[in-house]
Parts: sequence; C-alpha cells; structure tokens
Amino acid sequence: MEKMPKWADATLVPLISLLLAALLSALVILAIGEDPVAALKLMVDGALMRSSGWGYTLYYATNFIFTGLAVSVAFHARLFNIGGEGQAMLAGLGVALCCLYIPWPHWSLALLGACLFAGLFGAAWALIPAYLQAKRGSHIVITTIMFNYIAFSVLGYMLVNVLRPARAMEPASPRFPEATNLPTFEDMFSTAAAPLFKSAPVNVSFFVALAACVFVYLLIWRTKLGYEIRHFGFSETAANYAGTSGVRITVVAMLISGALAGLMAVNTTQGEAERLILNSTEGAGFIGIAVALMGRNHPVGVLLAALLFGFLYQGGAELALWTNIPRELITVIQALVILFTGALDHMVRAPLERVFLAMRSKKEAL
Amino acid sequence: MSLIQKLLGASAALALSAGAALAEPALIYDLGGKFDKSFNEAAFNGAERWAKETGGTYREIELQSEAQREQALRRFAEAGANPVVTTGFAIASAMEEVAKDYPDTKFVNIDGWLPEIPANVQLIAFQEHQGSYLVGMMAAMATKTNTVGFIGGMGVPLIRHFGCGFAQGAKAVNADINIVANMTGTTPTAWNDPVKGSELAKAQISQGADVIYAAAGGTGVGVLQTAADEGILSIGVDSNQNHLHSGKVLTSMLKRVDVAVYNAMTAGEGLETGGMTVLGLADDGVGVAMDEHNAALVTAEMTAAVEAARAQIIAGDLNVVSYYENDSCPAIQF
Repeated sequence: MEKMPKWADATLVPLISLLLAALLSALVILAIGEDPVAALKLMVDGALMRSSGWGYTLYYATNFIFTGLAVSVAFHARLFNIGGEGQAMLAGLGVALCCLYIPWPHWSLALLGACLFAGLFGAAWALIPAYLQAKRGSHIVITTIMFNYIAFSVLGYMLVNVLRPARAMEPASPRFPEATNLPTFEDMFSTAAAPLFKSAPVNVSFFVALAACVFVYLLIWRTKLGYEIRHFGFSETAANYAGTSGVRITVVAMLISGALAGLMAVNTTQGEAERLILNSTEGAGFIGIAVALMGRNHPVGVLLAALLFGFLYQGGAELALWTNIPRELITVIQALVILFTGALDHMVRAPLERVFLAMRSKKEAL
Repeated sequence: MSLIQKLLGASAALALSAGAALAEPALIYDLGGKFDKSFNEAAFNGAERWAKETGGTYREIELQSEAQREQALRRFAEAGANPVVTTGFAIASAMEEVAKDYPDTKFVNIDGWLPEIPANVQLIAFQEHQGSYLVGMMAAMATKTNTVGFIGGMGVPLIRHFGCGFAQGAKAVNADINIVANMTGTTPTAWNDPVKGSELAKAQISQGADVIYAAAGGTGVGVLQTAADEGILSIGVDSNQNHLHSGKVLTSMLKRVDVAVYNAMTAGEGLETGGMTVLGLADDGVGVAMDEHNAALVTAEMTAAVEAARAQIIAGDLNVVSYYENDSCPAIQF
C-alpha cells in the first residue's frame, strides 16, 4: 500500500518545498534590510502581471523545458546527463551554420532546418559520452561535464577565429538573414489596438517546446522504446535478461536527450539573439537538472517547473532592475528553490508521509 | 506602465528634490559584476564621483543574463533615464537595436564596436595597446629573470589587444625577453575566477616570470595576490590596483572608464552622440599609475623611459601596432 496518495506526492511535496524556500529567502532579504513582501510583489508584478513580463518568463521557460526534458529522458534510463549545457552550445553552432549558410526562403522552413541541425549537433555531442558509458563504463556524469568545457572551447574558437565578422569586438557570429528570424509572440498576438508582449523575446519555439513535451510523454509511456528505457532504468540486469541491449538503450536515450537539449539553441540563438553568441546557453543546461528533479521526470511536471524557474529568472531580473538587492542574492534565492525542491525532497516527504499514515490509521481505527 | 509610474514616484519621493523632473542617467554593468576591482568598478567610481559632485542620483543594474541586455536597455529608456551608459562590448549589438526605438534617449557604450553607429549612440574606445606598451616597458626593466608574464581573461580580440601592446613594449626594451602568455578560460567565468588566476600566476612563476601583467577583470585579483605572496611583481589593469598590495604591484595600466562615465553623465542629455570617441595617451584615457604604493619600485630610469615613450607615441613618432589592424600581433603569438 502506498504511504501517501499520488496527488499529494505530486503537488503537496513540491508546493511545501517551495514555500519553505520562499520563507528562507524572505529571511535572507530581511537580513539585508529590504522588504520581502515588496520584493515578492515586484517579482510577481514584473514577471506575471504584464504581457511583456510573461514574454520573458515564457522565453526562459522555453529553455528550461528543453533542458528539463533532456535530463528527464536520460534519467528514465538512470543516466545522469549533466552535459545539456555543452550539447545546447554545440547545437547553437549547428543553428548558426544552418541559418547563415543556407538561403532559407521562409522562417517556417528555417525553423524546421534549425531544429534538425540543433537536434543533430546536440545528439552528436552526447554520442561520445554515451558510447564511452555503454562500451567502456566511463561514468556519464564525468564525461558529459567534461564535454561541456570542450564545447565552450570549440565554440570560443569558432566564434573568435572563424565566424566573427572582421573588426568586431565581440566573439559572435554575424546577424542571421532576415528571412530566418522567428516570429515573436509580439508579431503573432499583438495588434495596434492592444499591444502585447512588447519587445519580449518569447517566440514560436515555445510551441516547439510544448510539442517536445507531448513527444516525450508519448515516447516514454506509449512506445516500445520508452518501455525499454524505463525497464533498463529500473533494473539493468532484468532488462538484459529480457533481451534489451543495454548498449543500445544507453546510446539511444542519450541521443534523444542530447537532441532535446540542443533544441534549446533554436530559442536562444535563432529566436532571441538572431546571431550566435559565446554565452548563449548561460547555465540553462544545469537548471534543466533542477527542473527535471522538481518535475519528477514527467513532461507535465517539467513544464510546470520550467515555468516556475522562468518566473524566478524574470522576477529576479525585475528585482535587480528596481531595487538595491544585489544580484548575488537573487542567485541565492534561486539556489534555495533548487535546494529545497531538488535536493531536500525527503525532508518534506518523510514527515508528510507520516501525517498521511497517521490520518489513515485513525480512519481505520474508526 | 503602472509599476514604472509607481517606482518613478517612489524614487522621486526618495530624492526629495525638484531634480525629479531632470532625467536620471542609468548605468548598466556587464556580466563581470559591479565590484570586480577593475573594469566595471571603474565605471561605478565614475558614476559615484558624478553623483557626489552634482548631488544627482542614477539608476544601475548588474546584468545576469544575455536576454537581460536588451531588457535593461529598454526598461531604463522607457523609465526616462538619459543617458544610458553601458560597459562591455557585448551589449553594443543590443544597443543598436534598442536605440532605434528610443530616438530621444542617448546611449553610451564603452569598448563596443558597431559597423554603423546610430545617431543617438556614442561608442567609447580606449587605446589599451598604448598603455599596455608602457607597462610592458616597465615590466621588462623590472625583471631580473628576463621573463615577464601576461594573464588575459579570454582569447578575444580585446584582450589580445592588451597583450599585444604589452609584448611590444617589453620587446622594445629587450628584444630577447621571454614572454609567457596565458588566457584564463573560455567560459564567462574567466572574467571572475581569482582561483584560476592564482594557479596561472604560479605556473608562470615556475616558468621564471617575475613580473606578471593581468588583464582579466576580477580574475586579476588572484594574480596580484599570488604574485604578492610569492614575492614577485604584478601589474594591475583598468582601475588603479597599486593599493591592493602596496609595494608589490609594479604599476597599473589605467583605462579611465571612470572618466568616460563621469563625462557622459555630466554631459547628460546634451551628450554628443553618433560617433566613436577614441581615448588614448594624449587624452589621458589610458596611462600608467604612479602613486605612493609603487614609488619604491619605480626607478628614475623607468620613469624617464616611460615618459619618453609616452611623448613619442603622442607625437606619432612611435607606432604601437594595434592587434585590430589585421587581427594579429607582431610581437607575440596567441
């Protein structure tokens, strides 16, 4: 018998964790002499009360959905993909090459092409660690994290020495041609009478992210491959006994994971910057781990967690913009949320389970 | 809009002055952060000096993410800040986009480069290679091992520009000098990684370097610290860092970001825009820091050599090759 109903596990645990994180953050803000209520209000106002705030929240969320899904697919096979950062970075290179050197007639085709390139480059960057894990037993956590640094160096070299326009100071590619620019929400939903999402970077790739959620759900719970991935994740020996090739599942799961992480580059590179910059991933690959943990590796959970982190990023930006709260503190708040929802999961779950058990035994006693 | 109005109202009430009608300037720091003891902090010092002298207030933000660049520019412009001053080359491209939408706001960027400069944007560049040349000369005169070191932040053109000037200056004093050059990293943390800076300094010391020039933002703090601990000399950058380890920092290559920020804020809405200002030795935009903290280290011979070279560069008799000219350096390979 389960100790706690499923709904409570899925909603109460993260909500209480979040509340604890918020409380602790409030104390920290108090300690530096700022007003936590005003700070929260500013965050909510800035991130959720205006359409342009939503535009940023959803833009960040798009990144986190992709990287969160990437981590969760790998995690279903009990593989810890820490390399989302590097995979997305290399995918950015793919997107840049695709947008710069292929004369696309229309953005929709460019989007398809960019998704394909991003997926391929991201998957390719995940392939080597996957192969090493499957065949040589080199631990995937170590190899993927090392590959992040290699990706940084590769990208740095490409931007400084190959793609950078002459005389430019910044290590960045030239701007992509106009035809490849993705429509933003402003272009799609704004009218002259009712301007919406003013200048916000959120763009059509948000829908790609939603589609990716559906894809991951179908893949993991509705296909033979997904069954094998989960099976392998629960017990490698049992999976081998049942005839599932561990090597194949490891490699395939990592390829899908890398491709999903790579898709993030479409949002940041083609959607937002419209050129490739050195710092295009800025940690979203790592946030994806927290998003997947908090979202229980389920696409719906990942979507919600990504929205939460999008809110934290945009709300944090508003705090930095309008208060004297230093930016390090905003990182502290984000870290507290990650700590409570990801790492200290059991601190909330164990007492909660006891409460539910007590409630049940009382009912049975009656 | 209501939020902005509320906040503007609040800040006006705080200012308690009729100056609320005047536009406040705004300052946007690059990802390295405000208190990097170097580049961004120089900008902060310039703004503080302006605030103290005029009694005015200014808005500021330390950027945390790439998407924030455009956001911060827009929000400040919408809130009526004028001029909006920014540090670091990475924001120039976003500024080009935003400037179009706010023709009445003046924008200033330090270090950036744009193919076409919009009418309401002013770019400020420094001739870092000239200042670096002078500290390179001093390093070559101070070394006893005939080896000097250069630690840059990242292998980007701007930092190679620093290193190239330094190498030329060192070689001008002693053509056979040995120059060890390293870059801190390839990720944005390279600009703020004192631990790595310290490790690189130790590595260069083991290769014989006894004067190390750090052009790496916050990373340089670690370089200077290690140099002081190991009993060799270091050279600071951007801000005057001589005081960080009094008597152990040979000099600092000053890049007067503070003056640039101060001037922009003083000019206010009347700021001249639409071009690129280049500040070099002649304008005291770059220079060598001499104060009581390094007086014991600088010989009369060094002062004379530096002064002579400075005059020659200003007069145009001495040409320090800029790395930008053809993306390469005659004195050192990167």
